[in-house]
Amino acid sequence: MKLTDISSDINEWFDGSGPLADIVISSRIRLARNIAGYKFLSRCSVAEKSEILKKLRDILMSLELGDKIFYLSVDKTPVLDRHLLVERHLISRNHAFGKGPRGVVIAQREFFTAMINEEDHLRIQMLKGGLQLTQCAEQINRIDDMIEQRIGYAFSPRFGYLTACPTNMGTGIRVSVMLHLPALKMTDQIEKFLNASRDMGLAVRGLFGEGTEAAGDFYQLSNQVTLGVSEADIVAQFENVIIPEIVEYENAARSQLLSREPDVLDDKISRAMALLRNAHLISSQEALFLLSHLRMGINMHERMGASTPAIEKLCKTTASGDSNKLGGLSITTINRLFMLTQPAHLQLNCGKTLDAAHRDILRAKIIRSALNG
Amino acid sequence: MRCQVCKKKEATIHLTEITDGVRSEMHLCEHCAQEEGIAIKSQLSINELLSGLLATQPSDDELFGDTKQELSCPHCGFTLTQFTKEAVLGCPYDYEVFEKSLLPLIEKAHNGKTVHQGKVPSKMPTDTKKQIKLTALRQQLNAAVLSEDYELAAKLRDEINQLE
Repeated sequence: MKLTDISSDINEWFDGSGPLADIVISSRIRLARNIAGYKFLSRCSVAEKSEILKKLRDILMSLELGDKIFYLSVDKTPVLDRHLLVERHLISRNHAFGKGPRGVVIAQREFFTAMINEEDHLRIQMLKGGLQLTQCAEQINRIDDMIEQRIGYAFSPRFGYLTACPTNMGTGIRVSVMLHLPALKMTDQIEKFLNASRDMGLAVRGLFGEGTEAAGDFYQLSNQVTLGVSEADIVAQFENVIIPEIVEYENAARSQLLSREPDVLDDKISRAMALLRNAHLISSQEALFLLSHLRMGINMHERMGASTPAIEKLCKTTASGDSNKLGGLSITTINRLFMLTQPAHLQLNCGKTLDAAHRDILRAKIIRSALNG
Repeated sequence: MRCQVCKKKEATIHLTEITDGVRSEMHLCEHCAQEEGIAIKSQLSINELLSGLLATQPSDDELFGDTKQELSCPHCGFTLTQFTKEAVLGCPYDYEVFEKSLLPLIEKAHNGKTVHQGKVPSKMPTDTKKQIKLTALRQQLNAAVLSEDYELAAKLRDEINQLE
């Protein structure tokens, strides 16, 4: 399997399906583990790192996952390919540009990845579209069990799974949910959401784009406490309490826009559409920002039956290559544009490296042709 | 001064934050500051939280005078000073070796919790597993009594008795 096989389309978890997928983009659960009898990576020699890498790679590649799996030596992978893996959320930025022998095992359908020698010896993660944390937890737990049959983990009865950084110790679990919250932003309630999340001890990050700024109103919410609470309790808290509440707020904000400020809503959607259909230069930040408004408009039509003039027009737009729905713009098309207009995706799909200015030209061209039918 | 993140470029952004009376300093280059989201007011990063917390601990020097050597892990040679710089530990034994110094930090990072609850590797000796289960059950029992859920409390007590 080559990376160009996956770079031309969206991953399964981003296809717009799954429970509450209009607001909950994806669910992810990651477990951090270290092998007993080895030092943590900061104190391992290159030879020891290679030994750990080989051991874990052999075990992981022999797992029965119900999907084809492939392995990449991250340190020997070209830089652009590494960027692609980061853009697709398959590996972390740290793993892509870290040091020493390290690798990643990826299931072909991209729901499962295992980073070897990132901050911990092993980090396994399960990703699914929509709100599916319980399913993620069950599956990653089963994989963890299979690995544990073959190798001993560093574990203490008092402190649980021992990780390089004490912020991950105990369960070693990181539950992350990616959310699209454009209406909370438009109604000036996003700060309330951010503050409430932080008060609950949760971390909030932007999903796309660099740094902490949430480009295109996509936010990633994750737990920070990993010790003294069971995996099941953390997952249940997210799935049954925190996320449903946020979804309710976002839906209320969408209804509020629709009933009280339909012109503000229509203005955002119409402007976004006009710019995206006509721009000849567009940065990834601007594209994310504008596509976010289209995504909200289509979802409001499909889920809430919204039919303002701009939303009606938006949903009647014939998009090129949109096979999912006859004669209308679909969420899949928008999601595909989010994914494929990222810098590494653009370059790998056109087969050459491009500087930022040329990427902006190509990005605008792809979006224009997708939205102009 | 070099940037404390990339350790390559010159640090041009110096940030002092005082949270709950804990003072911490950051010295970053422009690029890393942006990566860390410093430009836009953000939460104190985990690393900074850790080094800030450790900075409040009296150092061995202060306690015993500078004649005493800093404690280092017999398994990996790691010291707490290195931890404050790197924010990752050297080996699993460090949790035992530096337990006293690490505990306040662990408590702060995990909302006051210091004892594992949750998954236990199936290879663990049955005895250890039983101990962990008992600890968890006792905690649940306390919570049930506090919330006056006596039905649940009775059930938990039975379970504990059975295990014991």
